[in-house]
Amino acid sequence: MVIVAGKGGVGKTTVSAALARAAALAGLSTLIIEVEGKSGLATLFGQPTFDYEQVTLSPGGGPDGAADVSARTLTPDDALVEYLEDHGLSRISRRLVSTGAVDMVATAAPGIKDILILGKVKQIEQKRRFDLIVLDAPASGHAISFLRSARGLLDAVRVGPINAQARDVLDLLTDAERCQVVLVTLPEETPVNELVETAYLLEDEVGVSLGPVVVNGTYASLDGLDADPAAAAEAAGAALRKGEAQILADAAGFRRHRMALQSEQIERLADLLPLPQLSLPYLFDSDLGPAEVDVLAHRLLDGIVGLTELASPT
Amino acid sequence: MSARTRADRAADPEARVALARLVAEQEVIVCTGSGGVGKTTTAAVIALEGARQGRRTCVVTIDPAKRLADALGLESLSNTPSRIEGPWDGELWALMLDTKTTFDDLVLKNAETPEQAEGILANRFYRNISGALSGTQEYMAMEKLYELHDERNFDLVVVDTPPTRNALDFLEAPRRLTRFLDHRLYRVLMTPTRGIVKAVNLAAQAFLRTVSKVVGGDVVSDAIAFFTAFDGMEQGFRDRAEATLELLSDEVTAFVLVAAPRREVVEEASFFAAKLTEAGIPVRALIVNRMHPKFGDGDPGATVERARRFEGTDLGGLYANLADFQQVAANEENHLAGLAAKVAPAPVIRIPFLQTDVHDLDGLGEIGRHLFPQ
Repeated sequence: MVIVAGKGGVGKTTVSAALARAAALAGLSTLIIEVEGKSGLATLFGQPTFDYEQVTLSPGGGPDGAADVSARTLTPDDALVEYLEDHGLSRISRRLVSTGAVDMVATAAPGIKDILILGKVKQIEQKRRFDLIVLDAPASGHAISFLRSARGLLDAVRVGPINAQARDVLDLLTDAERCQVVLVTLPEETPVNELVETAYLLEDEVGVSLGPVVVNGTYASLDGLDADPAAAAEAAGAALRKGEAQILADAAGFRRHRMALQSEQIERLADLLPLPQLSLPYLFDSDLGPAEVDVLAHRLLDGIVGLTELASPT
Repeated sequence: MSARTRADRAADPEARVALARLVAEQEVIVCTGSGGVGKTTTAAVIALEGARQGRRTCVVTIDPAKRLADALGLESLSNTPSRIEGPWDGELWALMLDTKTTFDDLVLKNAETPEQAEGILANRFYRNISGALSGTQEYMAMEKLYELHDERNFDLVVVDTPPTRNALDFLEAPRRLTRFLDHRLYRVLMTPTRGIVKAVNLAAQAFLRTVSKVVGGDVVSDAIAFFTAFDGMEQGFRDRAEATLELLSDEVTAFVLVAAPRREVVEEASFFAAKLTEAGIPVRALIVNRMHPKFGDGDPGATVERARRFEGTDLGGLYANLADFQQVAANEENHLAGLAAKVAPAPVIRIPFLQTDVHDLDGLGEIGRHLFPQ
């Protein structure tokens, strides 16, 4: 299982989609689990929105031998109903949900909603119907309390099924063989700071193992960014229109400047956090859809191959 | 002389004047929008403008990035505003919301006796509510806003809202606790076991047994102790919640929607604008952060064409780069068009991509130059 976490606006859902698709392209059947809903994941795969029922976002098969990417949304209410049914309490489960009792129980023991969801995730993981589960975690502040819920509940609720549930979840979260957290950031100052802080909190307070960091929205380099437009035009045998040289120079200057800022932040991240980095390009051309998810998935695969070679030099 | 970018030109002077007028006239400004769009920074810039206009201004921030907090002289959570000195005619104050202490204060204010307050503050269930009941942070932000406005020490209070997926959380939050306290299951739990209500109480006991089975008996006894201790304070909380909601929908309060020009953010902002309108609250201004500049007036398609024609040369690279930014700027304007129409006649103010993150008062001033007439 891979848990994808990061600050709001860094492209966490896009990265979840790309990771899932990358795994599918490598032949692994993959399930994306959403916990907040309304994230635009379905749009990324060009599919209608989905909920608790599992759907296929990107069917496998075909010439590339890819596996399926499936997805479902887990909500605490649904997870509680299932939980109670599994514990022989189906008679009252619907009523508990419809009377809002979940909210009260959740208040009485905070973290209970999170543990219900994580408990369900654990159950799906144990069934081994998928080769990989990608969990699109809540935005970073909440991600920490979300993942911390298991440890917190172990202290708060010392007996009973919730305690057992919390223990199982913690076993999963802290087993590096079964579960890793992938943190996503943009190559910008504030998101980098927040990522570093989250990384240490997750390691220290939850005990999860951290996978590579994904740096999303990196500007790709282009030829000619340093060239003088007039000279470049002459070399190419082209004529520039009035004012065009200035426009080309301004646009090139803007990109160079942004790229310099980005590499500064990427280096700072590497200094602050000794984790391998995977870089995903900023996509200028259009709104993200299945084609763009594929581009990003291939980038991730290339990056992962690079990391593996780095890790085992022959 | 550099070519002027579209982002500069699009900063319609009338929109800036309209925003400055809001800062001059309103008593409360609420900055709202999805996470990661720069709400906290925008709230700070608006407050700074208030001080510049000579008003006594206070900004309530929620979880600011560390360097911004430093810039505002906010070292830790505090429940009383601290003053920021600077070259402005008015006053600038800031506080970083302490959810728990704000809640404690509210309990102290509403308790009939010190013993009652003490009983509640020491209760484990209360500590869970004040820390973890969903919407508590939103509720306390609005409570703090109400208190600061009510005390009349400030001409203008600017408040940042917590990042939330649910657009109306902070509007619903003040009522949520009273709804929670009114919950009929708790009413039943609190009913004395006598005569006619006995049957109801059997149901309550069955419920308690179930909950105890799931979460353990301590949790249930804590909850009962809390509701016993709270008895009699509900009305005070309810009145306060209603007063807070009245302030939020009063004309002295203006909602400013903060967004970024990305598709998913704009979609969320549109949803948000619709919800506010449903609640009878108009969006008074739309601020869009991090607009890419637009270089030239050319059509991205034609530029892509030229990039292709000269592929492999420096000129091809220069055109490819220009095409990237023309495309992104066109996409951003497309995304914003619908949102701008939805919030009309609210002014739309676009802030270009800044070269660095904001972490001092100069940085806030720089954004201010894009937001307000100079």
